[in-house]
Amino acid sequence: MALAQADVLAGLAEIVNDETGIATEAVQLDKHFTNDLDIDSISMMTIVVNCEDKFGVKIPDEEVKNLETVGDAVNFIVNAA
Amino acid sequence: MTRPELKQYELNKYSRIYSLGAARGELVVTNDDVAGPIDSSDEWIRQRTGIITRRRAGKDTSMMDLAVEAAKEAIEKAGIAPSEIEAVVFSTITHPYLTPSAATLLAELVGANPAAAYDVSAACAGYCYGIAQADALVRSGVAKYVLVVAAEKLSDIIEPTDRSISFLLGDGAGAAIVGPSDTPGISPTVWGSDGSHWDAVGMTGSLLDFRDGTTEWPTLRQEGQTVFRWAVWEMAKVAKKALEVAGIEAKDLSALVTHQANIRIIDEMVKQLALPDSVAVARDIINTGNTSAASVPLAMHELLKTGEVKSGGYALEIGFGAGLAFAAQVVVLP
Repeated sequence: MALAQADVLAGLAEIVNDETGIATEAVQLDKHFTNDLDIDSISMMTIVVNCEDKFGVKIPDEEVKNLETVGDAVNFIVNAA
Repeated sequence: MTRPELKQYELNKYSRIYSLGAARGELVVTNDDVAGPIDSSDEWIRQRTGIITRRRAGKDTSMMDLAVEAAKEAIEKAGIAPSEIEAVVFSTITHPYLTPSAATLLAELVGANPAAAYDVSAACAGYCYGIAQADALVRSGVAKYVLVVAAEKLSDIIEPTDRSISFLLGDGAGAAIVGPSDTPGISPTVWGSDGSHWDAVGMTGSLLDFRDGTTEWPTLRQEGQTVFRWAVWEMAKVAKKALEVAGIEAKDLSALVTHQANIRIIDEMVKQLALPDSVAVARDIINTGNTSAASVPLAMHELLKTGEVKSGGYALEIGFGAGLAFAAQVVVLP
């Protein structure tokens, strides 16, 4: 099933907001999870697992460290779907 | 030629935990004490792990000292003589001899010699593996009273500059006496392993590497994110299965006692299990740190000691860690 980048971004923003309380508007493609959004590695795993459920994709543990920005995560999910 | 039929043990219908014992390292080590070498802070450690202090044993307190203290308390509270113990099951990863076992020495030190005695190496699942063993030994008739001990001096195998796990770890021992019962006291254990993640938690090198000079003294390390994901989502499935085979629901529990690895794991697991507020959740990690195999009995002992839970209620205990290995069972609180 093809996923539109905008839909994935919106879905990811909701998941980030749920886990961390960060406003959905702050979750933009160019934002760095750690440096800009201050999301730690444990919250990142919860976000990853929730993305797997929501978008029906698999995000292996080894891949997670490559997802440095919101854009990295969105592109991975769009390509994996 | 006829021969007599082979005898086998008479079965006991039920088993239960009679009592618990606990011992913690005498030093109270704060986050400020450990933050320097890992370039961190009290605030960061509290937020990431929930820990405010961890207990550590001093140079003159050994893992065996902690084990003996916990074992003696459990034996006394069970109301049995140490000579009635027929098996000692000792879970640890910090016994500093490949042989002889910690269990044989402990049996001698607490007056349980000549009980059968053996060590179990199942890391943070060690105590729940020990309870599974004790349950089986008692109900199969192999042993009437079993002393289960989980003891660790993790400070012997930590690297202060390691950011992955060392600052979480503490020293302590928990013990239980398991024996026959007129009513069900220990539900079927749901247990297993996943060796495909053998590298997720382990040592920085083998003893052979150390002998040959290719590595420093081996210390503990982990792949934190892999372990977190497994501990929360896979172990939540194990916990649910344990409730199912016990024939109860989450609302029937008095307590959830998970391995005290990280408060974030505990909190996420509570969410996954949809635990009602009526169920007490063990969070001993806040003051004690992560004591590997000892963490489940220490946490349960603390819940009972503070009166947060009462004897007779159901507790779901679940241990999980290096191996990866896991075990869960529902027990009646002693």
